Amino acid sequence: MGRYVLRRLLQLIPVFLGTTFIIYALVWAIPQDPFAGKCGQRPCPDSYISAMSDKFNFDDPLVLQYLKYMGNLLTGDFGDTFSGISVGEQISTAYPTTVKLAVIALLIEGIIGVTAGVLTGLRKQGFLDNLVLVSTLFLISLPVFVTGFVLRLYLGPQGLDLMDTGVDTADPSIGQLILPGFVLGSLSMAYVARLTRGGIAENRRADYVRTAIAKGQPNSRVVGVHLLRNSLIPVITFLGTDLGSLMGGAIVTEGVFNINGIGGLIFRGIQEKEGVMVTGIVTLLVLVYLLMSLIVDLLYAVLDPRIRYE
Amino acid sequence: MTALLEVEDLHVEFRTRDGVAKVLNGVGYHVDAGETVAVLGESGSGKSVTAQTIMGILDTPPAVVTRGAIRFHGEDLLAASEERRREVRGDGIAMIFQDALSALNPVFTVGFQIEEQLRVRRGMSRKDARARAVELLDLVKIPNAANRVREYPHQFSGGMRQRAMIAMSLALDPEMLIADEPTTALDVTVQAQIMDLLREIQQERDMGLILITHDLGVVADVADRIAVMYAGRIVEHADVFQLFRAPGHPYTESLLESLPRLDLKGQELKTIKGLPPSLTHIPSGCPFHPRCPRAVDRCATEVPADHRLGLDRTSACHFAEEVVSRG
Repeated sequence: MGRYVLRRLLQLIPVFLGTTFIIYALVWAIPQDPFAGKCGQRPCPDSYISAMSDKFNFDDPLVLQYLKYMGNLLTGDFGDTFSGISVGEQISTAYPTTVKLAVIALLIEGIIGVTAGVLTGLRKQGFLDNLVLVSTLFLISLPVFVTGFVLRLYLGPQGLDLMDTGVDTADPSIGQLILPGFVLGSLSMAYVARLTRGGIAENRRADYVRTAIAKGQPNSRVVGVHLLRNSLIPVITFLGTDLGSLMGGAIVTEGVFNINGIGGLIFRGIQEKEGVMVTGIVTLLVLVYLLMSLIVDLLYAVLDPRIRYE
Repeated sequence: MTALLEVEDLHVEFRTRDGVAKVLNGVGYHVDAGETVAVLGESGSGKSVTAQTIMGILDTPPAVVTRGAIRFHGEDLLAASEERRREVRGDGIAMIFQDALSALNPVFTVGFQIEEQLRVRRGMSRKDARARAVELLDLVKIPNAANRVREYPHQFSGGMRQRAMIAMSLALDPEMLIADEPTTALDVTVQAQIMDLLREIQQERDMGLILITHDLGVVADVADRIAVMYAGRIVEHADVFQLFRAPGHPYTESLLESLPRLDLKGQELKTIKGLPPSLTHIPSGCPFHPRCPRAVDRCATEVPADHRLGLDRTSACHFAEEVVSRG
């Protein structure tokens, strides 16, 4: 097991370097001239260009630029934007909010999705089953920004006035993030529900479930322990890899609900052609993805003892 | 005196989209404490369904019990509440299954699956349950039980898994054990070990044992009485010695004849012609008549009654007396 983890950690290095290099190259390739429009209507003065070229190593070949950037990153230096704002500081204020939002979304999709999946998997073709199938299809077909705006409009002060749907503080509370979290997690929630439903329906007639019944175990244990543990293996791995997608996918949700997370930073970074900002955030997202996929692989062995990594 | 377990006139149907399959058509047998009854039959004869109905683990739907009674200590289980049936499972009647690999939960340790019974049903502490689980594994002769209790089913060999399954079924000291083809998935030497173990445990605890099998050799070895099933009915019910000496039903006769015999080595092995009947279209009259070497016109129209051939011996054949005396 230890050797496996070590090998997987070593594998992360080339993957990390490869993905971040592609991102770096793309981000700086998009604006063609990084100074276009940076100085209003006039072309930028030579002194500014030379100072900035020096700062961002524009005169070096791309690979060298990238390596210098990575070198700084490894020492914890995310660099500055053109206007001299520290990217590291920006990220460190925005990141916790997005993590909070993504975790809330993950909890919501896990709890609601699994519950719906278990109930419908046990009783296929009932009213509840059809209700869940139709509503999950609905969620899957709707883009997140539609779900977001509709819920915000109808639950907020302009609609039913059930809650304050705008998030205007820099550091939103958990209560304020529940609705955005629901919107963010809604798509995955639909998948979780369907994945759980499939697993439960498939394993419900398994021999070991019959054994558990024959042992005289109460129904709650037959379902809650024997059936659920086997059915949740694919669901938990899905949830694990989903955390990365949720953080990346928060861009739209954060926009709809005015949340100051990394979504806003990326959006502005792309709009203002702040390459350092974009690469910094995306690199962090890549890291989250890679670590989560490693955790998921290790979790597999914990959940299913038949899988062993030698 | 009432028998420990009595199955009476049990009828079960499977209602599917393709029609109604009459899986059990009046099955009846009884088992006393300390006694082994073998239920013998081809696949599809209803022997496992009978066992599952006794345990109450049939999938309903599609299965429907249309008639009959299952009396445990005189109490009709079919009329009992689901809660009461659950109490009987494991505690009164336990069951072991054919394929222990799929019948044990792959994601829990063998110990957990034994201890679960003791903790949930007997309120034992984790520690006491673990100690008892090790005792039980010792009892079924699993070497190094104290360590193996922490292992998962896939880490056990086939024979060891079946032993673990037996240990699990004994956790609550049941009065009655149903073994559904416990040795079919095992190789021959292991089969004998498992059968010996079952017999030993049964005698020690004075348990009633229902042994479901299609293996005549196993039956001859351990059973006290035999119930031969065909198309959801018990066609012959007899003491094991009587049955092997002089079968009272043509089907039993054919089964015995299809056994390979050393003194007839080199000759062609006799088989039973034809296929077991489809349960959606059971032949009229005696269901065995299309394959029966003794069949006459009457067999195709008239369902034979259970003919008494002595104390506790019956045969569902119009010519039962003739068959038995010829043997």
